[in-house]
Amino acid sequence: MTEGWLYIQTEVYPALLKGFWVSLQLIAPSALLGLAIGIMVGVLRIYGNRPVMAAANTFVAIFRGIPLVVQLFIWYFGLPHIGIYLSPFFASVLGFSLCSGAYHSEYIRGALLSIKRGQMLAAQSLGFSKIRMIFSIILPQAIRRALPGCGNEIIYLIKYSSLAYMITCIELTGQGKILASNSFKYTEVFLMIGACYLVMTSVASIILGRVEDRLRIPGFEHRRT
Amino acid sequence: MTAPILRIENISKRYGKKDVLKGASLDVKKGDLKILIGPSGAGKSTLLQCINFLVKPDEGRIWLDEQEVHYANKRDLYAYRQKVGMIFQDFNLFDHLTALENVRIGMVRVKGMGKAEAGERAVLELERVGLKEHMQKYPAQLSGGQKQRVSIARALAMDPRVMLLDEPTSALDPELIGEVHAVIRDLGNNGMTMIMATHQIGFASSLASEILFMEDGRILERGTPDKIFNHAENARTQEFCSKITELYGERG
Amino acid sequence: MRHRVPLFHTFLKAIERMPESLIAIMDALPYLLQGSIVTLIVVVGAMGLGFALGAPLAVGQVYGHPVLRRFIAVYVWFFRGIPLLVFLFLFYFGLCTALDINLSAFTVAIIVLGLISSAYQSQIFRGSILSLPEGQLKAARALGMSDFKAISFIILPQALRLSIPGWSNEYSILLKDSAVTYALGVAEIMARSHFVATRTYQHLPLYFAAGVIFLVLTWAGTKGLRLLEERARIPGYSPHGL
Ligand SMILES: Nc1ncnc2c1ncn2[C@@H]1O[C@H](COP(=O)(O)OP(=O)(O)OP(=O)(O)O)[C@@H](O)[C@H]1O
Ligand SMILES: [Mg+2]
Repeated sequence: MTEGWLYIQTEVYPALLKGFWVSLQLIAPSALLGLAIGIMVGVLRIYGNRPVMAAANTFVAIFRGIPLVVQLFIWYFGLPHIGIYLSPFFASVLGFSLCSGAYHSEYIRGALLSIKRGQMLAAQSLGFSKIRMIFSIILPQAIRRALPGCGNEIIYLIKYSSLAYMITCIELTGQGKILASNSFKYTEVFLMIGACYLVMTSVASIILGRVEDRLRIPGFEHRRT
Repeated sequence: MTAPILRIENISKRYGKKDVLKGASLDVKKGDLKILIGPSGAGKSTLLQCINFLVKPDEGRIWLDEQEVHYANKRDLYAYRQKVGMIFQDFNLFDHLTALENVRIGMVRVKGMGKAEAGERAVLELERVGLKEHMQKYPAQLSGGQKQRVSIARALAMDPRVMLLDEPTSALDPELIGEVHAVIRDLGNNGMTMIMATHQIGFASSLASEILFMEDGRILERGTPDKIFNHAENARTQEFCSKITELYGERG
Repeated sequence: MRHRVPLFHTFLKAIERMPESLIAIMDALPYLLQGSIVTLIVVVGAMGLGFALGAPLAVGQVYGHPVLRRFIAVYVWFFRGIPLLVFLFLFYFGLCTALDINLSAFTVAIIVLGLISSAYQSQIFRGSILSLPEGQLKAARALGMSDFKAISFIILPQALRLSIPGWSNEYSILLKDSAVTYALGVAEIMARSHFVATRTYQHLPLYFAAGVIFLVLTWAGTKGLRLLEERARIPGYSPHGL
């Protein structure tokens, strides 16, 4: 008992804390960048001119269609082929942001399409320019509609951040793997790692729920699409 | 004095603090057509749904053919429901089945009949409601009146002793009401026993053996159409009847 | 970035290596395509398992006893809240050893993906069941059907039709997630492309080829499920037209 406790205190706890910290450093910027990319691409897919629209659609099809692991391998192991070297951390953030951006853009696009035409007509009749209209009338409505989907996407991101381990960025899962390989306590260690992720995903979904409540406007409920 | 087919005694139901039914009693004899009228929220739908236990009453007893129904016993309950047909205001046809399959499914899955035999019977029932040529259509391809006629055929195919109809025409466009009324009238002429909630008082008075006026969970007054519509004793009944006559006119 | 390379130089380098890259891809293609069969078996197996568990879970969560509902909610929360990679490690290195069960990485991959998928699929079916009008169940009961019959013959046939789009989405998610099973050494597309890449030093082209194979599989599967949707289609009855 005490031996187990000592093991947890001296080995597990510091390692998991370190890993947890790296995971957070991966998740936070990727979430923000991903959202930014998603909004931009989503807007371009609806309001861009033909070539821009086509380019944005292709971007989404590719980044949603190829497994994230493959994308990460391309960024980390593949790019050196043409002389570009990225650190594991940077490659992970790049991979996560682009991939989750592609997914976010789907929700943004759907939300933009759901905004009634009358809203645009009203804005145009007030003399709004297209850009102004998108940013002050359409997006504030669309983001509310897209929020549940985008929130889910962020929870996915938390889970998929574990894949950084596969391109040697040692975050929570990686620390777990090292600990477990040294002590052979695979079950215990990975249950603990699992618990950490459960806490992260649960806390994130509670926070996202709060944000949704905070932004709620009466009569503007999300309809089943 | 013949014994009633269906005997309903002292049915009560409450939702939370609200008493929706406060002891409704009713005897139905073979061939009777009882019409339930009353303002919205009176408890007509609740009463009808209690009668075949789609809503479980808090109190009260029910007898069918002098046999008490013990609804806690599933076997009894399912057997009883087969003998009591139910027609809903919004049809509730099974959306994934054609008209024919809608009529057939009860016979096949509940009565255990063979598909072919049940199919023949289903065609007969659809013919009876004038929809034989539409039997391969899905609910979404039928008009409201046609849907309601299919749902009547579906109930009839189970050989019910009694039919319960909950405002069968109130979800229909006016020009479609007639076709459904014709089917119900035909049923009545053939001796079907029915309890029907409706606002179509013209139709009701031409057919009903008894009118029951419900308000606030109680059956306040009952009697022949003539008595209820022209010589009601209760002031509330009079008031309701004059209002509804104004609204729906003399003929349904 | 370790080296700062002018973009032009980078471009030249890629062009320069193009012929050998193409040869490497062509050489590896049969090997990679064999991997896609492994991938598909894993995906179909996981989907089947996920369906077999997910459908009863959904029915239980909608119609079950409150205790059962609570239990299913926890199950769903658990399997949706933890990364696939962690589950793979936990089951393969942890539980299989601790319980002394000898399962291949391939089997563990199917089981783990299937369990996770069952949690997601249960929520797809649950949403479909809840979206059906209440009158459907009432009408079935009014005909004398037991709840079991009403659910089997009336509710599920409709709910499953409504679930096809969600299912098609689940397929493409499983397909992509199956690449993670490479971490256990399952010989699927990703594992094979990495294996060849480390031998030929043609990383980028081979991962690229793997990516294209995945794109094709996603496209084909989605197309197939759309065909299924067409075939199961009932006039005036679609998830969007309800
Ligand atoms: N499931 C329920 N939960 C709570 N209250 C209910 C429920 N069902 C019905 N009620 C209430 O019971 C009362 C009677 O409803 P019911 O539908 O039986 O009236 P009704 O006479 O059929 O009216 P209408 O003419 O509008 O159909 C109403 O006040 C209604 O709000
Ligand atoms: Mg009613």
